[in-house]
Amino acid sequence: MNWINAIAQGLLLGGLYALFACGLSLLFGVVGIINLAHGDLAVLGGYVAVAILPSVHTNALWALLFVPPIFGAFGYVSQRTLLQRSLENGPLTTLLVTFGLSVVLQNALLEGFSADSHSLSIGKLATQALRINSQLSISYLRFGILVVAVVVLAGVQLLLARTSVGRQIRAVADDNEAAAISGVNTRHIAGIATGIAFVTVAIAGLANGMYSQFTPTSGSSLLLFAFEAVIIGGLGSLWGTLAGGCVLGLAGTIGAQIDSTMGTLIPHLVFLAVLAVRPSGFFPARAPA
Amino acid sequence: MSAHTESAATTPLLVAEGLTVLHGQLAALRDVSISVNAGEIFAVVGANGAGKSTLLRTLAGLHRPASGVVRVDGVDITTHATDQRVRQGVVLVPEGRRLFPSMTIEENLLVGAANGRRGEWNLDRVYDLFSWMRDRRKEKTSHLSGGEQQVVALGRALVANPRVLLLDEISLGLAPVIVQRIYQTLPSIAGGDMAVLVVEQDVTQAMRVAARFQCLLEGRTTLAGRPQDHTTEEIEAAYFGFGGLGSAAAS
Repeated sequence: MNWINAIAQGLLLGGLYALFACGLSLLFGVVGIINLAHGDLAVLGGYVAVAILPSVHTNALWALLFVPPIFGAFGYVSQRTLLQRSLENGPLTTLLVTFGLSVVLQNALLEGFSADSHSLSIGKLATQALRINSQLSISYLRFGILVVAVVVLAGVQLLLARTSVGRQIRAVADDNEAAAISGVNTRHIAGIATGIAFVTVAIAGLANGMYSQFTPTSGSSLLLFAFEAVIIGGLGSLWGTLAGGCVLGLAGTIGAQIDSTMGTLIPHLVFLAVLAVRPSGFFPARAPA
Repeated sequence: MSAHTESAATTPLLVAEGLTVLHGQLAALRDVSISVNAGEIFAVVGANGAGKSTLLRTLAGLHRPASGVVRVDGVDITTHATDQRVRQGVVLVPEGRRLFPSMTIEENLLVGAANGRRGEWNLDRVYDLFSWMRDRRKEKTSHLSGGEQQVVALGRALVANPRVLLLDEISLGLAPVIVQRIYQTLPSIAGGDMAVLVVEQDVTQAMRVAARFQCLLEGRTTLAGRPQDHTTEEIEAAYFGFGGLGSAAAS
């Protein structure tokens, strides 16, 4: 790997991190839930694909058609039942509930799928790459994930900025009581926002499954990267989240370029440095606008 | 219950009976009843902590009463959520305005219009009434002055086409000249079938526009009627809870 390649791969990896972080950012910014089960939900998305795919198609890309909608409905229902109830008992309860959900998900997946690692096969596409020169080649899959991340982030941004539902989501994020006074059914809107967050986490989980292997316990490290991307980018800013993801990705690949054992450590060090120097992140915004 | 036999011909649009509201151990309202007619401006006055805001917030569905009933046009809405009440035409302009700070004027109004009733009020009509708003509709509301924010908050409530408009301390923190201007527009807004319930600490301002009033003290109704039927001393006594300056001197 040379430097240009390290930078290119880092930016591409950033797309995956941003995809993970998007739902986390949305759920915290709008509904006020710090979702500790976020990573496990992404892993669950992968396993749902593993379970259903054999009866649909051999290519895992087909999972993108049915896993995200299932997760959207799942998100809406869990907000209206479990999460809303925990919110009414204060923010600490939501932490405990989502932590509990994380433990339940991990163990249920262990029970159902064993501790063996799985991955989602997308055929030849997984190994094909655009060869730019002898030093640099861009994997179609990684590039595709970055494109999907940008499309998802832009889509969520547009939805929030331009649609009536999006305005109501922002109204709830700004001031829940004032939203209710303005006629917004705040629980329904929080349910929709959670549904959208779950759709993005499902896409992220599928992308992760195509990109690498996953086990029932890989959620925790995914959660960590998602958190770091959100905080580096600045809370509530979706494009900041993409930037945060790219910073983490770059830190990883450049770190590995310097010393191959540093690849996993450097991103976390960069995150700590950002937290020390600029705790509110690079593009802080109360709500995306 | 206020004595208002003179308005027996019109059926009251908003009726609350025997409202008791508890904030923990403390009773913020004790057995308060109120009745407002369509097309009427009604004032609730009282000192700080008298329970005025609690009354309005209870009518808007933000507090659940421990006992009592709230009816709009004969329909019992006591257990209805705040957003449901908006669709039934009960809309609150809250104390402190509570606009959505990350949004523009227009977006604030659009949120208000999204779930409200259909009717004669829309964004255009609000822009016609407050003409400065049309040119500045793309501005974030956090950049507006207090008076401008208050007007936007009023507009956000109007586009929901309220049948009962609840105004909570709209004069708070505003320059008198701006307060006067807002109050001057009230009769033209209320005109027709809308009932307007105004809560104010500023008694003179409220009495000037209101057809009837009710005075609260420590969560209870101490006086009710038409402003012209009561002397300033009577109102003062009901407001502060002593027999006015005269009786204070006598005791």
